[in-house]
Amino acid sequence: MPSLKALRGRIASVKSTQKITSAMKMVAASKLRRAQTRVEAARPYAQRMERMLASLAANVAGQPNAPRLLVGTGRDQVHLLVPVTGDRGLAGAFNSSVGRLTRGLARRLQSEGKTVKILPVGRKGRDMLRRDFADCLIGDVSFAGRKSIDFADAQAIAARIAGMLEAGEFDVCTLVFNRFASVISQVTTELRLIPVAVPEQAQAAEGDAARRAMYEFEPDEETILARLLPQNLAVQVYRALLENAAGFYGAQMTAMDNATRNAGDMIKRLTLNYNRARQANITRELIEIISGAEAL
Amino acid sequence: MPLDLEIVSPERLLLSRPVDMVVIPAAEGDLGALPNHAPMIVLLRGGLVRLFEGGQVIDRLFVTGGFAEITGSRVTVLADEAMAPNAVSREEGERRLAAAQAEYDSADKTDVPVLDAAMARMQSARAMIETAQNATP
Repeated sequence: MPSLKALRGRIASVKSTQKITSAMKMVAASKLRRAQTRVEAARPYAQRMERMLASLAANVAGQPNAPRLLVGTGRDQVHLLVPVTGDRGLAGAFNSSVGRLTRGLARRLQSEGKTVKILPVGRKGRDMLRRDFADCLIGDVSFAGRKSIDFADAQAIAARIAGMLEAGEFDVCTLVFNRFASVISQVTTELRLIPVAVPEQAQAAEGDAARRAMYEFEPDEETILARLLPQNLAVQVYRALLENAAGFYGAQMTAMDNATRNAGDMIKRLTLNYNRARQANITRELIEIISGAEAL
Repeated sequence: MPLDLEIVSPERLLLSRPVDMVVIPAAEGDLGALPNHAPMIVLLRGGLVRLFEGGQVIDRLFVTGGFAEITGSRVTVLADEAMAPNAVSREEGERRLAAAQAEYDSADKTDVPVLDAAMARMQSARAMIETAQNATP
């Protein structure tokens, strides 16, 4: 049985850990609220852009000179994976689930004889993938030390992806990120950016294709698409970044809540042990005194 | 029957209200939309979106560019950036104009898409400067 002093030390140390984890939980909760409102605020633009893109894409997709950002290069050889993770840890399985999905995807593509390139966004993802896929990494983007992410950041990433496509460095681009389903649930999702996965509603609404074809375009479809597609790419990346940020704080809050509870259980157990040891000591001392008195 | 106008930027929904008429700064000239307008998708330039009610301008909003979707009952403006005219900063406009000008000058003169993009940014920056001047005479 450990000594009383050692037990006291352990209780004190678990208590201070608990203070840290509960403070981190509070911080995550308040940051989560802010991140969540930003996710919700960005939604209307993304939805309307999707609607507009659906009506444009339907008109242009079949043409042979359709823009590359929309239809890709027509090949399926070089895959670019963009895993989005947080820059910090202590958020449960949040970062590692993106890492796991990316690894699985990369392995599968490689076993099919495809070339895989990885552009990780976020420090944790880079660190995780550097171990197994060091030769696939083609750079990384990190927002460590930044307070908030704005649309310009997403545009910079999107411009980089679009530039690589123009240079013919990949054929298919897939984004891997944690979708923010709710505070306690983040769903790891893969989203194909290039070629554009034509929004589902476009297919579902095939019936009113006639209505959609009635749109007039000014200047013309190609010019609008040339502006709309890079913007759409940036919007998708922006959404992933925001969902990632909100999901991260959600996951961190849950993880820290669990940690705080576990620390509480541990303190309870240690306190029980401590009291038992203390009482045993007292009893032993009493026995010594009594038996000493009896011996006289 | 009023027209439902929505102005959204990538970061948030800025405005959503019914209006009698809206004039939007389309790339090829200002475009007024009344209810039952023919469906259109247009590219925007930098300029003011003007909201009309009863023949009067009731609100104005500066956009730096973007897209608009017009249907018979709805106008959706997808602005790259949008702000109230009195929040437009002249210094910011001049900074952007200088940046776009520099890009235009350094660009390959045969690369038409790049030149077009720089020109569009220069136009948008000029519109910013002009709006800032008009807001604070």
